Order: sequence, then C-alpha cells, then structure tokens
Amino acid sequence: MNRTTTKTKMVPLPSQSIIPERDTAKTPILEVHRLGINFGGLVAVDDFNIAVGRTEICGLIGPNGAGKTTIFNLLTKVYKPTSGAILLDGKDTSNMNTVQINQAGIARTFQNIRLFPSLSVEDNVKIGLHNQVKYSMISGVLRLPVFFSSERRARERAMELLDIFDMTHLASHRAGSLPYGAQRRLEFIRALATNPKLLLLDEPAAGMNPSETEELMSNIEKIRDQFQIAIMLIEHDMRLVMGICEGIAVLNYGKIIAKGTPEEIQSNPLVIEAYLGKKNGRLSC
Amino acid sequence: MKSLKSRYNIDNWLTYGLVIFAYIVMRILIANGKVSFALQGQLVPITVYIVMAVSLNLTVGVLGELSLGHAGFMSVGAFSGAISATLLELSVRTTLPAWMRLALAMIIGGIVAGFFGFLIGIPVLRLEGDYLAIVTLAFGEIIKNVINVIYIGYDANGIRISTESANALNLGENGKIILSGPMGAIGITKISTFTAGFILILITLFIVLNLINSRAGRAIKAVRDNKIAAESVGISTWKYRMMAFVTSAALAGAAGALYALNYSTVVARKFDFNTSILVLVFVVLGRMGNIRGSIIAATVLTVLPELLRTFNEVRMLVYAVILILVMLVRNNTTLQHLYQRIVTKLRYDRPPAEEGDEA
Repeated sequence: MNRTTTKTKMVPLPSQSIIPERDTAKTPILEVHRLGINFGGLVAVDDFNIAVGRTEICGLIGPNGAGKTTIFNLLTKVYKPTSGAILLDGKDTSNMNTVQINQAGIARTFQNIRLFPSLSVEDNVKIGLHNQVKYSMISGVLRLPVFFSSERRARERAMELLDIFDMTHLASHRAGSLPYGAQRRLEFIRALATNPKLLLLDEPAAGMNPSETEELMSNIEKIRDQFQIAIMLIEHDMRLVMGICEGIAVLNYGKIIAKGTPEEIQSNPLVIEAYLGKKNGRLSC
Repeated sequence: MKSLKSRYNIDNWLTYGLVIFAYIVMRILIANGKVSFALQGQLVPITVYIVMAVSLNLTVGVLGELSLGHAGFMSVGAFSGAISATLLELSVRTTLPAWMRLALAMIIGGIVAGFFGFLIGIPVLRLEGDYLAIVTLAFGEIIKNVINVIYIGYDANGIRISTESANALNLGENGKIILSGPMGAIGITKISTFTAGFILILITLFIVLNLINSRAGRAIKAVRDNKIAAESVGISTWKYRMMAFVTSAALAGAAGALYALNYSTVVARKFDFNTSILVLVFVVLGRMGNIRGSIIAATVLTVLPELLRTFNEVRMLVYAVILILVMLVRNNTTLQHLYQRIVTKLRYDRPPAEEGDEA
C-alpha cells in the first residue's frame, strides 16, 4: 500500500534522465530514494538518489572515501540504511537481509576480492549456483538420484559460465592460487552464477593492465547483452567508465555532486573540482 | 579422469578402505588370540573416539569453528542412550535382541544430542571464533553438572525423576535406579561390541563425507572461507553453521551411547573438558578438515597409553612428550612445505606459473 502511494506520487527524479531510452518502457530495476547512513556522527552517505534501467551499465565514481563502496554495502544490506528506500524491480527491500537481497536479484563483487580460497574454481562457481541448482541435505547425504542429476547440471552450468571468461581449463585449480586477474574474473563469474537482475561490480578493473581492462570492458558489455541485466560499477579507471557506462553518478563526501552521460560528466566543473581541487584556491560554489 | 571430483572420490574410498581393512585385520588377530586383553578392552573406546574425532572435524575443520564442548554432546548421548537401553530392557516384555537395543540406544542418543546441539547452537552460533569456543566450553561443563543432579528410577508404576536424591524417587518394590546423580548411570548391561563400533564409524563416514561433497557441504565450506561472500551469493550462514553443528553433535551423541553401553556404570565426570580437549587433539594432530587423519590420530593416541605401559608411572609423561614432538614435527615449516607440495600436486592441478601468494 505504502509502495503504491510512493509510486503514484513519485515526482520525476533527476536520475531518470540518465536511464537509456530503450529501458524507459519498463520500471527501472533499481530505484533508490534519499538513501542515507550515519556511522556515529559521520554521515557516510546522504540523500543518495538513483534509478538504474533494466539493461543499463551505470557507473559510480568519485574520489577515495566518497562512499561508493558504502552504497554497494547499503544496496546489499551489509549495512542497514539509516534513511531512505531501495526499490528492487519495484519492490521494497527494507525488510530484506543480504541473503534475501541476493535471492531477489542483486549480486556483487568486492573491492578486496572475497573468493572461497581453499576451494576449487569449479566449487566457487557452484557455490554461486547454490540457489539455482537445489537439492536437500538429505538427498545429498543419501546420494539419491536427484543428487547426481543436480550435480551434473551444476557442473555443466559452472563450465558454461567459466567459458565466458575462458577459464574452463582452470576449473580444478584452487581459487586462492589463481593470479590476481583470474581471481577478479572468477568473482565476477560467481556473482553472475546467482542469476542476478542487477550486478554490482566494485572496481572490476583494479590491478589490471590496459589490455586486460580492454578485454574486461568488452566482457561487461557482452554479459549485459547476453544476460539482459543491469550492471552498476565502481571504477577509478576513467577509460573504462567513460567507455562503457551509459549513465554516471559522481559522489563526493557521501553526496551526489553530478549525474549524467559520460560527456556531461567530463565537462562538469563540480566533478573536475572534486577530482583536481579548486582553481587558484577560489571556491566555485 | 583428472577432475578434482574423481580425486575426492578416490580419497573417500581410501578412507573407507582403511577402516574396513583395519577391522578385518583386528578380527583375524582376535580370532588367532594375538590381541592382548587390555587392547581388546580398548577396541570399543577406539571406535568411539574415531567417531568423536570425525564428527568434531566437521565443526572444527569443515565449518571452521572451534568447539570445546564436544564431550558435552557425547555425555548427552551417553546418558540418554544408557537410560533408554536400560528402560528398553526393563519395560519391553518381549525382550529385544541386544544389537537392536544398542542400535535404538545409539539412535536415541544421536537424536537427543542433536536436539541439544540445536538448542545450544541458537545462542552459540551467534558468536564467532574465541567467543564461540568459550561458550561451547561452558555448555560442556553445564551439561556435566546438570546430569550430576538428576535421579531417574523405574518401578512397576513407571519412570520416576527427581533432582534431590535417590531416596526421593520413592521407588516401589523391584524398583531400579537407572541414573543416580553423581554416581552416574548404573546397572547398565554391557551390549556394545567392536562390530557395532565399526558400523557406526562407517555410518559416520558415510554421513560426513557425503555431506562434505554435496551442495550443503560446499555451502558450509563457503561459510568457513568467507562469511560475507557466502551471504552475498545467497547462502544463509546461520542455516549451514547450524547444520554442521547439529550433525556433529548428533554423531557425538551416538558415539556417547556406544561408549556408555560398553561399561556397567558411567559417570558424567568422564565427559569433562579433558575429553573435549583429547578429541580436539585428535582432530588437530590428524590435520583439520582431514577425515582420514582424524581416524588415524584417534586410533594411535587411544592405543598409545596402553603401549606405553612399560614406562609405568612416567607413562603419561612419555605420552605428553610424544604429543609435543608430533606437534613440533607437524609445525616444522620445511616439512610443512614439503607436505603442502605433495598435497597440492596430488589434489590440484599445478597453479599457473605467475602466481605466488600462497606461501
């Protein structure tokens, strides 16, 4: 009831302008209204509004400590927001926890990679498939037929997913022993395995060289086209952000200072100020 | 077949094979009268400690949480098993065969211990790491002290329970005290056998190994490796930690029942902190997460005090020195690297050349 009133009353958000035209027919996959969180007296995120289209690639940029990862943690309920509302696919998520958020359709990767290092690459992906290929503990212990058929399905699906990043030959390796770039890709695949509608990538290109970044960019677009999902990413590599993001939000000190297309962002004086500082020490605002 | 899965399978069959082989060898030796009386008396305790070690390994090695109260679950299983076996003997008119009473006692012991595992798991699994260890330790002690004040008797009118004294039970004629507070469960008919222990080990291995290598087991290991990442892919950490904890407790309960029915009396003092630590030593020496290691460590360390009888009064000193030596050898970095290299070679394909973070 509450939801419908907010929806009907909803004034056009400034963020709606950055949804790609092809997505405007459907409700945005993610709508965030006045999201905020305080840690004690520190206001980490304040009045954060955004709407993400169903197949949009959207960038979240800003200087270090601007609150970008905090926003990902809020969206996935690692932190409980102090204020504001998050609507996923038009549904209120305020009563969901991290696990339910994932089941509802948000998957993420982490800035500091969080794989299951002692398990094999294949098992890491299979753990991502946990809620996609299901059977009970009892049928697992008793090795019922459903165990074998499900395990076969999980293995096939895991291999399909690993194939996207050409990682099938690494399937039996220990995840913790992989090189850095491969670990990032594996985390990406694991997130994708949970069958998300919205994928949050936290610095996917960190530690990658230009050619790897180039490959990653085409992969991100390929995945968006193939799976028809929305992708929101935090990234410091401006070539990647400006290259593939359709909408960009710039964050500084927990507040959005600019939103728009890559062209608009590049010429925005507030953004330049946030990144490079004030010209001749003069305040521009 | 070079896949990881087939290697796991070979690994599992090796474990089953080891247990079956050891059982057959022991049977042959006993038949030929080559096993000393003292060692024969140790056979059931060995099987009990193997089950204890394997089940604790599920909590410590696979789930990655240190539990110091495993003997508490053994205790719950031992007393519920002993009481139910005695009651079955006294109350059921058509006498059940001994093996059936034993099996029922182990099942009841397992279920009751599993239930206690669930109850204790509710507060305990809100904690992590050292805090969890301390609280499980406390629960082990609490269970011991609670059993010390319970008196259960049985007479023509049925079961009587008291928390004051054996006299307060007011048993009628032919009444029998089953559990007598600090005196423990008394008048138990010894029905445990080596074969029953062997079967319990096989069942335990079947449950634990199949659990580890299934969807639920992957989820448990995922929770161990990284809780935040596990939740981010939609795995309920609470559910899978509870699953591992309860399974572990239930198996310990079944082992406890087998243990209790091997003696005519059993006291709660037996299942104290020292027993929990003893089982933990088996798990640590056998390497955490390594089921076969737990089996070998439990066997060797249970037999060792008997083998050291020649040292008389310094026997436990020698035992301690051996433990320390094994620990030192286990923690020797050179040997560890060698071991890691061998294991990595056996279990995983060679990692790509450019990496180097797994030092």
